[in-house]
Amino acid sequence: MIKLEKINMIFGEGTPNRNHVLKDLDLKVSRGDFITIIGSNGAGKSTLFNVISGNLKPSGGKVTIQNQDVTGHPEYRRARYIGRIFQDPLLGTAGKMSIVDNMMVAGYKGFKGLKISLTKAKRHYFREQLRSLDMDLEHRLDDNVALLSGGQRQALTLLMMALSKPELVLLDEHTAALDPRNAAQVMDLTTRFITEYGFTVMMITHNMQQAIAYGNRLLMMDEGKIIIDIRGKEKEALTVDSLVKRFHDIRKKDFTTDEALLT
Amino acid sequence: MVEGIFVEGLIYSILALGVFLTFRVLDFPDLTVDGTFPLGASVMAICLTGGMPMPLALLLSFLCGCAAGVVTAVIHNKLGVPGLLAGILTMTMLWSINIRVLGNRANLPLLRTDTILTRVEKVFGPVFGETAAILIFFFLVVLVIKVLLDLFFHTDLGLTMGALGDNQQMVISQGVNPEMVKIIGVGLSNGLVAVSGAFAAQYLGFADVNLGIGIVVSGLAMVMLGEFLFSSTRISLLTLRVILGAILYKAIMFAGRYYGYYIRLTPNDLKLLTGILIIACLTISRYRSRGFHFTGRRK
Repeated sequence: MIKLEKINMIFGEGTPNRNHVLKDLDLKVSRGDFITIIGSNGAGKSTLFNVISGNLKPSGGKVTIQNQDVTGHPEYRRARYIGRIFQDPLLGTAGKMSIVDNMMVAGYKGFKGLKISLTKAKRHYFREQLRSLDMDLEHRLDDNVALLSGGQRQALTLLMMALSKPELVLLDEHTAALDPRNAAQVMDLTTRFITEYGFTVMMITHNMQQAIAYGNRLLMMDEGKIIIDIRGKEKEALTVDSLVKRFHDIRKKDFTTDEALLT
Repeated sequence: MVEGIFVEGLIYSILALGVFLTFRVLDFPDLTVDGTFPLGASVMAICLTGGMPMPLALLLSFLCGCAAGVVTAVIHNKLGVPGLLAGILTMTMLWSINIRVLGNRANLPLLRTDTILTRVEKVFGPVFGETAAILIFFFLVVLVIKVLLDLFFHTDLGLTMGALGDNQQMVISQGVNPEMVKIIGVGLSNGLVAVSGAFAAQYLGFADVNLGIGIVVSGLAMVMLGEFLFSSTRISLLTLRVILGAILYKAIMFAGRYYGYYIRLTPNDLKLLTGILIIACLTISRYRSRGFHFTGRRK
């Protein structure tokens, strides 16, 4: 469904600060995949997401979504197929607008016209959807989003993303900025939406445990390359120890982020 | 005098609504306004003296204003220039264009020309009295514009515009081209400003290329004064607040002009007064945290 071919991403070409972040990266994502991505800081995980979402244009290579070459398409055009959730809960919603207005803006992808789409039925539908979040938001439709907690805000972003039914979901450490209780709640919601709507998902995480526990395929990135790609049965048998050992065997060095091991 | 405050306040509240749309809703500090206000006045004046039907002349003023706004937004989008600079560029170019519109003159009197206002005075003057007729007329005009704007902010496009000023990434994530929304928003804002200029020219009895100097600052002062009146998150109250702010601003300026001589203020000092007013507003709002809604980016 998504194909990346020979993607190269170089920042600051021609300057002393030249930084080659992605190196000849190839990746094929099939429909229904739930891929978890781990890797140390600077491995190129977020850059990979930026290249897929269209936020960055790769220095070389081709991005294909559903057999369509989208390498030159701007981010807003690709956003019709892609739902992306950021680590920062503030990026997914407009704080100065009410919950219901936010949900209206996210009601459908693409250019918005001069229609007034908010009807009684729609309000009711939104209320039911909010009730399913189980965060006491169903009575706060007209409250400004800035009044919500980070966890509530991220859950709302998740719901809005799910309702727009994208082809591909990109989760960029979307629970990392939340406290443990909220993080668990948002992660539960994430898996529920994924099974409910059958999304194709790529999830970046710093948490090895999480990367192993979720999804049917695991990628480990290092220095701009995918060095480990495990799926299916082999992934189910994976443990943190065996993963760290594999990394060590391939790279002849220790896995660098301690936080990934500690959490 | 009181009627004068209200009439001027209502005329300039259309300008203030335009400034509100860019500065507050879109978070796009647009200085084109200094050029579009006299543009609206000039287009209206030249059309009226040329004998064009009045509604058509007003529509043309609006459209010329929109076009000026679109130019600013396109400069900003396509050349990656900050909105502030894009606005100054358009504003500067408009000064020359306005002189061309007026037929290579800097000033065009309308005293012997039939305008919308003379029409209103003629038709409704005998019924309500001339001043009251003008007041009622402007009240209705501003009411219609306000209601239309409120409706606009409830449409999908209007909501997206509000979201854009708040969080551009969110709007992009919804598959909307932010550049397009900015073009529409800045265009609409400047259209309103031009309409305000068109009415101001008829009220003052002339169009002048220098009508717009510092007008964006006045507009901003009106918006800020309104924000002190009450806080709300409902768009219909937010637009009402802008209109009340414009009337309040005009009242303060009138007071400055009439009673200012006690402290030796002259009309030339009014721009200084406007600036001090804005600085006072900014200072007070720093120490008094208001609601979240559309109150700028300061945190």
